[in-house]
Amino acid sequence: MAKVRRDRHAMPLLDAAVRVTRFDEVALGYTLEMAMEEAQRCLKCKNPTCENGCPVQVPVKDFVALLAEGKVEESIKRMREVNRLPAICGRVCPQEEQCEAKCIVGIKFEPVAIGRLERFVADWERQHGFAPFEEIPQRKEKVAVIGAGPAGLTCAGDLAALGYQVTVFEALHAAGGVLMYGIPEFRLPKEIVEADVKRLEEMGVEFRYNVVVGRTVTIDSLMDDLGYDAVFIGTGAGLPKFMGIPGENYSGVYSSNEFLTRINLLRAYRFPEYDTPMKVGKRVAVIGAGNTAMDSVRTSLRVGAEKAMIVYRRTEHEMTARKEEFEHAVEEGVEFNWLTNPIEIIGNADGWVTGLKCMKMELGEPDESGRRKPVPIKGSEFIMEVDSVIMALGTTPNPILLRTTPGLQSNKWGCLVADPETGATTRPGVFAGGDAVTGAATVILAMGAGQKAAKAISEYLQQKAVHA
Amino acid sequence: MYRILKMRQLTPVTRLYVIDAPLVARSAQPGQFIILRVGATGERIPITITDFDREAGTVTIVVQEVGKTTKWLAQLGEGDYIQDFAGPLGQPVELPERGRVALIGGGFGTGAILTIAKALHGRPGITVDAIVGARTQELLILADEVAANVDRFLPCTDDGSFGTKGFVTAVLHDQIKAEKGYELVIAVGPMPMMKAVADVTRPYAIYTLASMDPIMLDGTGMCGACRVKVGNENKFACVDGPCFDAHKVDFLEVSRRTKMYKAEEKIALDRFVEHECQCKSAGNR
Repeated sequence: MAKVRRDRHAMPLLDAAVRVTRFDEVALGYTLEMAMEEAQRCLKCKNPTCENGCPVQVPVKDFVALLAEGKVEESIKRMREVNRLPAICGRVCPQEEQCEAKCIVGIKFEPVAIGRLERFVADWERQHGFAPFEEIPQRKEKVAVIGAGPAGLTCAGDLAALGYQVTVFEALHAAGGVLMYGIPEFRLPKEIVEADVKRLEEMGVEFRYNVVVGRTVTIDSLMDDLGYDAVFIGTGAGLPKFMGIPGENYSGVYSSNEFLTRINLLRAYRFPEYDTPMKVGKRVAVIGAGNTAMDSVRTSLRVGAEKAMIVYRRTEHEMTARKEEFEHAVEEGVEFNWLTNPIEIIGNADGWVTGLKCMKMELGEPDESGRRKPVPIKGSEFIMEVDSVIMALGTTPNPILLRTTPGLQSNKWGCLVADPETGATTRPGVFAGGDAVTGAATVILAMGAGQKAAKAISEYLQQKAVHA
Repeated sequence: MYRILKMRQLTPVTRLYVIDAPLVARSAQPGQFIILRVGATGERIPITITDFDREAGTVTIVVQEVGKTTKWLAQLGEGDYIQDFAGPLGQPVELPERGRVALIGGGFGTGAILTIAKALHGRPGITVDAIVGARTQELLILADEVAANVDRFLPCTDDGSFGTKGFVTAVLHDQIKAEKGYELVIAVGPMPMMKAVADVTRPYAIYTLASMDPIMLDGTGMCGACRVKVGNENKFACVDGPCFDAHKVDFLEVSRRTKMYKAEEKIALDRFVEHECQCKSAGNR
């Protein structure tokens, strides 16, 4: 066997100076040659630990081996048996914590770039035309999927593949959930999400937009009046958190959800061609240091900010953003203010933001999360001049569905209670998964929950049919 | 796509639309709103529900032309389609079983009190006064419909062309003094009017609700753009509202926030009007 190359193929990137001026995708993708070479680094382990690292159990060993031989069509076919959204996963999964973290090559060298290979085969398929579907024997049972985000799309696809009649109810006017309103175009082009949704439609999944379950229809009416035999709840994370500091309602203070929704879903970056406006001014402070904060700060640069800053009360070591996102932000000129805690937003007489008052912090003893707790340094207050402030602090659960659905239980944080293995809620026939259950987490974990729930829903419906 | 079944011109700048939206009609309650998007490049705007008919599957809204989106909508007529129409959104307004209620409607806000008047109409223990105002008679909308659903209809106009000459607040104040007050006052209309109503009822400690229409995107709690300070708390109008205790609402802040995009709104409107003119002149050639 040839010697394993130590280093993985670098991902070709759009030049940082160019990319801050537009929304084009930053990572350009491997060529076929690069992909095959990278795939050939795989050791084809007897026990592919990488697959255990994946929340949806992508058949890494098989798809990589086929790709290594240049059999791209067979590779993506094998992938598709398990994962319905590979072009998305290849881009937004934290592979470094999942499959790639378990890669044996990674013990001595850099792990095989599984995520980039996943993206490659999926992009190849989209560019070369999707394979036609095989005929699926149809079942009569109807399943309602609430929310067209990663959990809902996965659940819907898996159930449709089993022949169930699936309707996805979406509150917004487009499918994709956070893939559409949250993750920016430069990290996940919307045409990719649209292509995957179209593919689900071709499988027979029906999408109904502008339906806010809990308001437009209740879960009771879905099951009692509209004839759905089971329901999957994948409604996502919920209400954006604010800090509770003075000045948060000045004009120019946004949640990252609002800011990103304006840009991504409503295309405010193309105003006035699109009607939804967005303004951040010249100096933007983004509070937080997760992936959403990185998306927000990098988006700010692309809509005209001259100075885009991260403000975080801990340090680089405690931030939750992926390394890759952080590095891209650094390349693009984002300024990082570590150990800095906002205490007040300053505004002018017209109610517009003019500054952010902060305190410097230092790290103290570890807190309950195991991270060293930041403590304020006395007398260190200072004012940062800013035109807008974006809060990327996470979310709290959305109460609408709980308020309107008898028999659904929530935990002390307000998240839905569901069996982690099956997604079964406290109400028979009602399953749930994704951020609505776990609180804000990753796309791939939501997909994993959708996949498990689809399996459990099928079992539930088959048992019900036997007893009927 | 949602079909416009009926369109009625109420004033030169206000139109009533009856929209085919069976699922929304089935669940709609007084006090709730919808979010619509006229076309694929459009913005999402919240509009209070004026009326609904569960059997016919229709929802009625009243829209005043103020900016691009509403002017765009004004170009559509019966048989045309609206791209998106999501609802009903927000919490239904909690209505009492007995007592005296005053419904205050200002400008096109009068449209929104109709659904509340209808819900209260016929409740045995309830007496409802509607105090509605406009600049002049021709701008007073849905007078017959509201009048038919309340015990007393008390219109007023700034110029005295119809009903009492003066503002709704003066009529409200007179009624409070003459009739020993109300158990509940609900105000729907421009922000300054709702604030003025709150100022009138505050000394009498009359429970007063104001229907907020801040900037919104999704209308389901996701974006947080619609936050309104009520007392010392931030509330999301789409999840907890749109009706809030008017004595606790920070009207100054809400008014400021709704004007956040004034400059951009003007750009969008000017661009639209200019484009419209070009189309018209092209058509005349």
